[in-house]
Amino acid sequence: MKQFLEGSQAVAEIVTLCKPAVISAYPITPQTHIVEGLAQIIADGRLNSQFVNVESEHSAASVVLGAVATGVRVYTATSSQGLFYMAEVLFNIAGLRLPVILTCANRAISAPINIWNDQQDSISLRDAGWIQFYAENIQEVVDLHLIAYRVGEDKSMMLPVMVCMDGYTLTHGIEVVDMPNQEQVDKFLPAYAPLYKLDPQEPLTLGPLVDPESYTETRYAIQETHKEALKLIPQITTEFNQAFGRQYNGLIEEYRTKDAERVIVAMGSVCGTIKDTIDELRAKGKKIGLLKIITYRPFPYQEIYEALKNIPMVAVLDRALSLGSFAPLASEIKAVFCGKKKAPKVISSFIVGLGGRDITKDSIKEMLRLLNTKERTLEFIDLKPELLKDKYE
Amino acid sequence: MSKTLFNPGHTACAGCGQALAARLVIDTSGPNTIVANNTGCLEVFSTKYPESSWGVPFIHSLFENAAAVASGVEAALKYLGKKENINVIAQGGDGGTADIGLQALSGMWERGHDILYVCYDNEAYMNTGIQRSGLTPFDSNTSTSPVGKGSVGNIRPKKPMPEIALAHGIPYVATASSGFPQDIQKKVKKALSIKGPKYIQIHAICPLGWRHEAGVAIDIAKLAVETGLYPLIEYENGKLVSVRKIQPKPVEEYLKTQGRFKHLLSKPEEVKKIQEIADKNIEKYNLRAESPVGD
Repeated sequence: MKQFLEGSQAVAEIVTLCKPAVISAYPITPQTHIVEGLAQIIADGRLNSQFVNVESEHSAASVVLGAVATGVRVYTATSSQGLFYMAEVLFNIAGLRLPVILTCANRAISAPINIWNDQQDSISLRDAGWIQFYAENIQEVVDLHLIAYRVGEDKSMMLPVMVCMDGYTLTHGIEVVDMPNQEQVDKFLPAYAPLYKLDPQEPLTLGPLVDPESYTETRYAIQETHKEALKLIPQITTEFNQAFGRQYNGLIEEYRTKDAERVIVAMGSVCGTIKDTIDELRAKGKKIGLLKIITYRPFPYQEIYEALKNIPMVAVLDRALSLGSFAPLASEIKAVFCGKKKAPKVISSFIVGLGGRDITKDSIKEMLRLLNTKERTLEFIDLKPELLKDKYE
Repeated sequence: MSKTLFNPGHTACAGCGQALAARLVIDTSGPNTIVANNTGCLEVFSTKYPESSWGVPFIHSLFENAAAVASGVEAALKYLGKKENINVIAQGGDGGTADIGLQALSGMWERGHDILYVCYDNEAYMNTGIQRSGLTPFDSNTSTSPVGKGSVGNIRPKKPMPEIALAHGIPYVATASSGFPQDIQKKVKKALSIKGPKYIQIHAICPLGWRHEAGVAIDIAKLAVETGLYPLIEYENGKLVSVRKIQPKPVEEYLKTQGRFKHLLSKPEEVKKIQEIADKNIEKYNLRAESPVGD
């Protein structure tokens, strides 16, 4: 049924339909509306779930870890500093092969403290072993949660999944959303059937000490599972499309790239602005397209290669940095073409929209103006040089 | 079928009080138990892949989160309607409990989870090589509170964990000692009969860290109690319901048995300070026996 919903409310509603047995979270802006929504839904008796109000994000992640290890479906949500405070537990959850589903309301990292949107938080956790999805709009946020549970809990995966939604833009934005009903969700997402669990009937030891004889193989196994995920995600997405009448690809989305001379690569809500800009410029005869990355981990290098190999010029838009080196997404897009015969002539890297600075159509146009035969590295768009003049002396 | 749920073959040191106490705790709780364990000696010596000593479901996640992991286990069991039949035990060493894990433990207490938390208190970070913790006794010589020209060891007394536990208003708080095995069993049994969060802190002998022969481990644990330095107390619903009565021995008798206190024997003024700690305990908990006490 189509409803006019705030992004956070929509997440609370779709998570409710997924019936997690245990929810644990700690408040942080801009994640709060999601967990407040779930708390109210439980208080109203619409969802039978144990809601554990913890004293920190570290414990929120640990509570869902313990619960999913006991064989039940779980959910948590966080943002920014909260995600970082969870970081140690997040690596641990992946290492223990436990399918926790987490919503990350993307927000900038302190210092300076800033509650607005960029993607430095989840990007910094890219090596944690989690599958990461990035949503463009509220509909996609809703849909990706269903796909996340199916993928993470699949017996061939047993991996945690992070659904990333841009803070404020998507958490507090309001859109018309096609919400599935309980029957549809139950059909697509059966009850969690764990591969292993803490059960006195069948005692097992989870999280043992593993020495150099076997440690490498545990990491190799996760790496291999991520490769498998590149096949499973499109399969489950196809199933999802059939069940809910949508047209996702699962790993990437190509928007008007077929005859494009210049393509922007981006993730998250900015893709909406980019699409609008493309439509406007296409009407003036400019051949521009967008490659949207939906699945960032595992990184769909083959699909990216196919999508960009014949594109003359590519602009990679990063909303995060790897301070002291190349931008995170740009360096990986470049790595896709390393040593390949077919490759874009230019892959330029742009940094846009940090700490909630608006990315407007003009920002995108400025990026495109700079996307020419001269390859650019770490080009900051909308930088204010006047703010850089002040110095301590 | 094994007679114990904590099987031999693990790699604990000879004379390890933690191995002894952990076996008593789990065997008292029985097979219908799920254990969440902080990182530390116990987890390391009992779960080296591909082997495990544990005859019950056991999960180790991180150094500081056993109380939170156990909270999740308990919440899942509640959801499944299985909590009534299954004990949940969270456990860790003194560092994992009183220092790095205190926040998660406080959260577990405050939220009222039906979990028994057991702290195996060997009074320093033994797994990493005898560094001082918040539960290291006053004047102890450890690798991070070393004795030197300007130092007589650890400058602070033990963090009062039982009092911190009591301040949370939880229904059961007790101390025990690896020198008194039957008392451990009795207290674990009592604790598990009570609904809500429980805290038991067990003085766990560590021959390697305390520097004494393994063969005298139990005697040393008993001396800690008999001098008044490790009072055995038991609180139910905030009320002191039992203490182990003693005919107090001078603290030197305990201090002289261990390398970690050796430097104090030539410093009567320091021994006096430690005697004052024991005397305060004896007075506070009314430990002095009217007539001689047996084992």
